[in-house]
Amino acid sequence: MNALWDDALPGFWSAWIIVLTLTTLGLVVWIVVANDGRAPGASQDAPADTGADGIEEYDHPLPRWWFYLFVATVVFALAYLLLYPGLGNFRGLLGWTQEAQWEEEMARADERFGPIFARYQDVPIPELARDEAAMQIAGRIFANNCAMCHGAGAQGGDGFPDLTDDDWLYGGDPEALVTSIAQGRRGVMPAWAQLGDETLEALTQYVLALAGRDHETDLAARGGEHFARFCVACHGADGTGNQMLGAPNLTNDIWLYRAPGQRVAEAIHQTLAEGRRGHMPPQAPFIGEQRVHLVAAYVYSLRLRSPGEAPSVE
Amino acid sequence: MKHELVERNTGLLGALILVAISFGGLAEIVPLFFQKDTTEPVEGLRPLTALELEGRDIYRREGCVGCHSQMIRPFRAETERYGHYNVAGEGLYEHNFLWGSKRTGPDLARVGGRYTDEWHRRHMYDPRDVVPESIMPAYPWLFERTLDGRATPAKMRALKRLGVPYAEEEIAAARGEVEGVPEIDALIAYLQQLGTVLEGAR
Repeated sequence: MNALWDDALPGFWSAWIIVLTLTTLGLVVWIVVANDGRAPGASQDAPADTGADGIEEYDHPLPRWWFYLFVATVVFALAYLLLYPGLGNFRGLLGWTQEAQWEEEMARADERFGPIFARYQDVPIPELARDEAAMQIAGRIFANNCAMCHGAGAQGGDGFPDLTDDDWLYGGDPEALVTSIAQGRRGVMPAWAQLGDETLEALTQYVLALAGRDHETDLAARGGEHFARFCVACHGADGTGNQMLGAPNLTNDIWLYRAPGQRVAEAIHQTLAEGRRGHMPPQAPFIGEQRVHLVAAYVYSLRLRSPGEAPSVE
Repeated sequence: MKHELVERNTGLLGALILVAISFGGLAEIVPLFFQKDTTEPVEGLRPLTALELEGRDIYRREGCVGCHSQMIRPFRAETERYGHYNVAGEGLYEHNFLWGSKRTGPDLARVGGRYTDEWHRRHMYDPRDVVPESIMPAYPWLFERTLDGRATPAKMRALKRLGVPYAEEEIAAARGEVEGVPEIDALIAYLQQLGTVLEGAR
């Protein structure tokens, strides 16, 4: 029993349950036993009642198999109430509770799986990422907890980072992965609508140029000046970003925010005008440090696969 | 014939039937009104805010309870996936309860904080956008419709009568809090607080 669960009843209500339960049992036994057998004067062959519209009713005793089956259910009920909680505050001779049963189940699982997780916990992530068996387990944890946002193949989506590429907002080394997963991340790209549409368009062209895409040279040149004023603090002078801040690299032509079918220029413009808020919820409270370590190794292992090879989860 | 007396008197028969069937409720339900377990809130339990309350009503209106339970049972298979099992003191302000009895989708009793608001928005607009395998229906109209908040204070007052500790100021401010808010925001506010009172109890 834990602090969340105090199901003790005041004495009166405990007694109330006991009296009602036992009275009910007593009454049903009495009804059946009292009506077993034949009423005095009734016979096997003659109808006992011809009272209503000439409908005849014989008075036959209860069939034996039925009678004993009924007695058996009453015996079962009494045995149950003796062994399990049921009669008010009486806990039953077995001392069974559903919480204790759950705790026992958890303890058994810990005993069985605990050593496995503990062993993996001590293996450095780059090494663990090459352990087939560990990655099978980690893949399932990923499928249960991460795939909802990052996709079953970890390929991400609009607003949810692709974990299979080499582009990392907060770093892809083992420590950064563990921190991202365990504690979560919050990224903020401020909105720049106040700069005016012309400036945003110039900035858009400059960002396109940074990524090596087709752009309008004149506009991009002007955008570069704005970039140097407003954007370098986070994205750096060369636009390669800053993993300390989670500021993305703008030169690699990878776009986190791009709605399906949206042109890259439109997506950039929208990001500039409206800003973005990245949010990775912390996972340690849900899965614990040991599983975080395994999942980090799983994410790390994605770069070891040949391109196009799907992560194997059975 | 002892049962002849009962069989020939319909009124007596009815009275005895009433006694017989009320025993179950009297023994199993009535004592719960006096059990600490079911009458005292867990630590930190608070009534839903006006916005969350409206979100809850959208949850009910859209029939979410038909496919999503909010009842984690004390089995390892469930607590591993969803978190700590439900305890009665968490649901003290639930009128009516939304435990559900069918899991076409996952249990939502502790979905609060699991996903980001943005994820919920996309998921509700079209679940396939974020989970390609999903069979959940899309709810795009939640993005177009807004709350008017006209009934919100009355709802809170009704709940207060049932024992939910709303302060009069909260009720007075309720309409202003929800008026004009898109329904999707209310629903997400409701979802994001689900099961968070016991966070860390695992």
